[in-house]
Amino acid sequence: MYRYDDFDRQLVHERTEQFREQVKRRLAGDITEEQFRPLRLMNGVYLQLHAYMLRVAVPYGTLRADQLRQLGMIARVYDKGYGHFTTRQNIQYNWPKLDEIPDALLDLAKVEMHAIQTSGNCIRNTTTDQYAGAAADEIEDPRPYCELIRQWSTFHPEFTYLPRKFKIAVTGSPNDRAAVKVHDIGLRMHQNDAGETGFEVMVGGGLGRTPFVGKTIREFIGKNDLFSYLEAILRVYNRFGRRDNKYKARIKILVHEEGIDKIRELVEEEWAQIKDGSLRVDDAEIVHYIEQFAPPAFEALSDDDADFERHKSENRRFANWVRSNVIEHKQPGYAIANVSLKPIGGIPGDATDTQMELVADLSEKYSFGDVRVTHEQNLVLPHVKKADLFAVWSELDKANLGTANLGYVTDIISCPGLDYCALATARSIPLSQRISERFGDLDRQHDIGELKIKISGCINACGHHHVGHIGILGLDKRGKEFYQITLGGDASQDASIGKIAGAGFSEAEVVDAIESLVTKYIDIRESGERFIDTYRRVGMDPFKEVLYGDR
Amino acid sequence: MAIVKNDSVIEQEWITVDAEGDLPASDENLIVPLARFKEERDSLLGRNGGLGVQLNPGDAPEDLADDLDRLSIITVNFPAYTDGRGYSYGRVLRERMGFTGELRAVGDVLRDQILYMHRCGFDAYDLKVEGEVALNKVRAALKEMSVYYQPTGDGRVTAQSLRERRRAALQ
Repeated sequence: MYRYDDFDRQLVHERTEQFREQVKRRLAGDITEEQFRPLRLMNGVYLQLHAYMLRVAVPYGTLRADQLRQLGMIARVYDKGYGHFTTRQNIQYNWPKLDEIPDALLDLAKVEMHAIQTSGNCIRNTTTDQYAGAAADEIEDPRPYCELIRQWSTFHPEFTYLPRKFKIAVTGSPNDRAAVKVHDIGLRMHQNDAGETGFEVMVGGGLGRTPFVGKTIREFIGKNDLFSYLEAILRVYNRFGRRDNKYKARIKILVHEEGIDKIRELVEEEWAQIKDGSLRVDDAEIVHYIEQFAPPAFEALSDDDADFERHKSENRRFANWVRSNVIEHKQPGYAIANVSLKPIGGIPGDATDTQMELVADLSEKYSFGDVRVTHEQNLVLPHVKKADLFAVWSELDKANLGTANLGYVTDIISCPGLDYCALATARSIPLSQRISERFGDLDRQHDIGELKIKISGCINACGHHHVGHIGILGLDKRGKEFYQITLGGDASQDASIGKIAGAGFSEAEVVDAIESLVTKYIDIRESGERFIDTYRRVGMDPFKEVLYGDR
Repeated sequence: MAIVKNDSVIEQEWITVDAEGDLPASDENLIVPLARFKEERDSLLGRNGGLGVQLNPGDAPEDLADDLDRLSIITVNFPAYTDGRGYSYGRVLRERMGFTGELRAVGDVLRDQILYMHRCGFDAYDLKVEGEVALNKVRAALKEMSVYYQPTGDGRVTAQSLRERRRAALQ
C-alpha cells in the first residue's frame, strides 16, 4: 500500500494548521459564516440540518488497519460513536463540534488522512474497484494510477474553482464495480491491439437531476499519457463548462449540449499541445508506484481447504455468508471477504467505533492490514485465507457485521436524507430500514437474487437511484413526503439510467409497491435471470401494471 | 485598493477603459477589454502610451497571439472568486504563448486564491484592501504551503522532482 513520504505528510500538516487558523478567525468573529463557508468546504466541513458534518477522504477506498482504527477513535471522541461510509468511498461524521474539528484533522493527519477536496467545485476523491489488487478478473491493479491522480488533483492550482464538482473513477477489471460510466471521467483499463495496457476514457456520465451514461472520448490512452490527457479534459471543461446555472454546470451538460465529437476535438487539440510536456509520466515512475502497491506476501496454498469446506457443511449461516459475501481471489487459497454494513433494519453504511476497531483488528490478523470501502457502502477484507474465513465470519457475526446479504435486496444504498441533510426533500434512512425489514428473511433474499435498490432523498441523487435496478427518489409534495420509483437502472459495465415507473407513492405505500415489483419478477423470471435481466427482457409494462393496475 | 507585485505595493499606472466610449489622451497607459482591442487594434497600437488588454471570462487568450510582444500588461478579471476560468488563461498565456509582461489578477481577488494564481503565472494582484494589509495578505498566502504536486510554469519544484533527485542521490 502507498505510504506517505515526508512531502505528502508536510502538505497535510500545513493544510491542517492553515485550517486551524481559519477556524480561530471564525470563532473569534473575525470572519463571517459567509466568508468562512468556502474555507470550511475546502476542508470537508459542511453545515447540515442539525450540526456541522465532517467528510474525510479515503483515497480510492483503501484503508490500512491503523487508519480504520483511528477513524473509530474519532467517532468515539469527536462524534456520537459512529460514522457513515459514503458512495464516494469516504466516511462522514455527523456530529463534530466546530472548535474540535482542527483537533480531529490533526488526529487524521497522524495516520496520513485528511478531508481535503471532499467538497467544493474541485476534483473530488478518485474512486475505484474495492477489490483492486485482489480480484480474479482484474487486468491490472488500478491503484497506482489512482494515487498518481490523487497527487495530480490535490490543490491543482488551475482546477480548484471549476464550474462544478468533478469526479473520476477507475476500473482495472472488465466487470465494472466502480460505476465508471456515471462519473465525470470514467477510466477503464484494457489492452490495445499492440498488447499495451492503457485506458478507455469516458466523459460526461453522472447522476444528479440530469443523469447521463458517459461517452467514450478516447478508446485508448497509454499510461504515460494519462495525466496530460486528464489535464486537457479538465482545461477544456474549466474554460468552456457552463457557469450561468449551477444545475447545468457539470461536464455532462457540456458534453450533451456540444456533442461528444466537438468535445473530443477540443480535448485532442488541447492535448496535442501539452502531451510531450512535464505531465508525461515515464515508465520508471510508473513502476515506482506499481511497486508501492505490490501484492502482499501471499503464501503458496492449495485453492481447496478442507476445514473451510467442513465449516460450510456444518454451519448453514456461515455457508450462506460465503455464498453471498465471499468473492473469488486471484491468489489460490485466498478469498475476498465483504463486511456488510447493512444489517437487517440497520442504517446503510453506518459503523460504530467498536465495529471499526474490530474490522481493523481482523484486517491486521487476517488480511495484511488492508481494508477497503465500497461505493455500495460496505467494507472489504481483500486478502483472507480460505482457511481463516470461518474465524473472520465468527468475529464479524458477533459484532453484527456478518449479515449475508451482499448484492441482495437488503444491501441498499441510501443517502442520509432528511434525517441529516440540508438539501433533502424526504427521509431515506427510515425507508431503507423498512424495506430491509420487509425482505429480511435470508432464504427469500437468496431466492430473489441480485437486486440493487438505491434510495435518494432528493433530486441530487447521492443515493444513486438512477442506477438502481429499483431506484427510489424521495420528494416533497405540499409538505408530504412521497417516493418516485424508477426501474432498470444499472451502474455496471452495462450501465443504464432507470426509467420512472409512474406517479409516486406515499410513505405508507412504497414498501408494498416494492414488494409487488419483486413478486412480479419472481412470477415471470426465466431461469438464471436477475431482476434487471427480466426487466430488460419484458420492459416496463408488466411492472407498471402491478404498481398501478388500471390507474 | 492596492496592487501588489514583486513583494511590494506598486502604483496604479494604467487606466482601464470600458468596451465603448472616448479614449483618454494618446500618451496615457491604457488597458482595454479584449473585444475592443480586436475592433480597434490598429488605432490602439498607434497610440503613444503603453497598451494592455483585459481578459474577461469567456475570452480566448489565443486571440492575442500576434500581439503579445506589443502588450506590457494583461489583466485577467475574476468577477467572482468562484469563476476559475482565469487560472487557465494565465497558464495558456505564460506556458503556451510565452507572455512575459505583467499578468495581473483583478476583480474578486482574495487571499485564499493568491497562491493558486501565482502558480498559474500571475505576478500582480489588485486587492480591495489598503497597501500594507494587501502586502501582508499576499506574503502570507504565498508562503502558506511548501509542497506542490503539479508541474506548472511557475518554477516551483514539484514533490515529484524532489523525489527523483533524492533517489538519484541515493544511488
